[in-house]
Amino acid sequence: MAKSKVTTVEEAIAKYCHDGMSVLLPGFVNVGVSEVLIEGLIAAGIKDISVISNNTSVPHRGIGKLVDAGVIKAITCSHIGNNAVTVQKVVDGEINLTFVPQGSLCEKVRAGGAGIGGILTPTGLYTPMMDGKQVVEWDEEAGKFKFLEGEIIPDASKKRFILELPLHADVCFVHAWKADKMGNVVYRRTSRNFNEAFATAGDHVIVEAEQIVEIGELDPDEIMTPGFVVDAVVQGRALTEA
Amino acid sequence: MTREEAMQLKGKDLIAYRTARLFQDGDVVNLGIGMPTKCLDYLPDGVDVWVDSENGVVGLTGAPAEGEWTDPNVVDAGGKVSKLRVGGACFDSFRSFGFIRGGHIDCTVLGAYEVDAEGNLANWMIPGKTAAGMGGAMDLVTGSKITVVMTTQTDKAGNPKIVQKTDMPLTGYHCIDYIVTEMGCFAVTPDGLKLWEVAPGVTPEEVQAKTGAKLIIPENVGSMIKDY
Repeated sequence: MAKSKVTTVEEAIAKYCHDGMSVLLPGFVNVGVSEVLIEGLIAAGIKDISVISNNTSVPHRGIGKLVDAGVIKAITCSHIGNNAVTVQKVVDGEINLTFVPQGSLCEKVRAGGAGIGGILTPTGLYTPMMDGKQVVEWDEEAGKFKFLEGEIIPDASKKRFILELPLHADVCFVHAWKADKMGNVVYRRTSRNFNEAFATAGDHVIVEAEQIVEIGELDPDEIMTPGFVVDAVVQGRALTEA
Repeated sequence: MTREEAMQLKGKDLIAYRTARLFQDGDVVNLGIGMPTKCLDYLPDGVDVWVDSENGVVGLTGAPAEGEWTDPNVVDAGGKVSKLRVGGACFDSFRSFGFIRGGHIDCTVLGAYEVDAEGNLANWMIPGKTAAGMGGAMDLVTGSKITVVMTTQTDKAGNPKIVQKTDMPLTGYHCIDYIVTEMGCFAVTPDGLKLWEVAPGVTPEEVQAKTGAKLIIPENVGSMIKDY
């Protein structure tokens, strides 16, 4: 008998969230963001969190509410331009910011959730994104990669890649359009964005669903995240305005 | 748009008009926020493109009309709500960037702080300032089949935006194929930056004077406005 994982926001936060935790927050600007869980996290007074997200929404919405609340100590993301409050807190040194190119961010988290030791990407070569990272070069003659040491002189003729290491976190907040009571998830349109990859990389995964349906109502072929990676399901709310 | 009408285009409209003529019918194109999206206003007759957005969708057609309902879950790369055409598709971010890095996007168009004669692009970070972030730009310029930069010829202070070798932090190395400005259209070649076409009433010498790189100027430079 399949068990229901439906619970309240308060209970889910109390069970899986703690000060100093790392949290994966999918979403693209305001779409596909778990705003109900974010509000619950703030209400519970959880602080000093490290966020992995693509961006920080717009001021005072979505992830922007966590920024306002001053509970974020570090963010790993690809963009903060939509949120001037985040930019100011980074300038003031309140938030420790690490940029990762968007495609690399996604692959790092996917690797973290898929048991992969890292990924090799050409993205970011000869840019500031290469700093402090290992770079490999394909040696055609030897038929293997070699790690480059010391200063790397740009050379477009060489097949080089940056080694991006996996990312995972203590918790992931997923925003579903529909979820059944055991946590099988369907995303809607572009609110899918990072949710699908991020849902694999949290030690605990909490789903907030706009609609919670009975087990068996979702067609197995339409399920985008299977319920076995999900720990709890809470009632979310529909996006009314992007 | 007739050729006579096109001859009257200025500034960003002229840049968008010419850039749109780099698209082939059926292309999947990724257009940066701002000026690049203007290309859609100037598509040539018979050229239909599919607009990809890195947040996981292909087939965007732009903002809804005032009062028109659309699904708020469909947004473009700036997070703004957009309509989705019949035949459009949504996918998750990791597949979106797989398509991007994997060479499945025909053309990426974006703006620049500075570009150089080698095809290097700087458009995300100004030293000494807090950057907004690169978003998906680094992946896009790395993986797209063609990368086009739309930019004004000079910045507000009159300094050339095209230089011999940029020392700004890069978005991508040797990634640009074409640069389109209101004065000309440029191609990055192994020999250097070639002036391919000039705007109506502009001479190659005038373009060279406002370019910070030595241009290769063929004997017969074409016009940005012609019968395509």
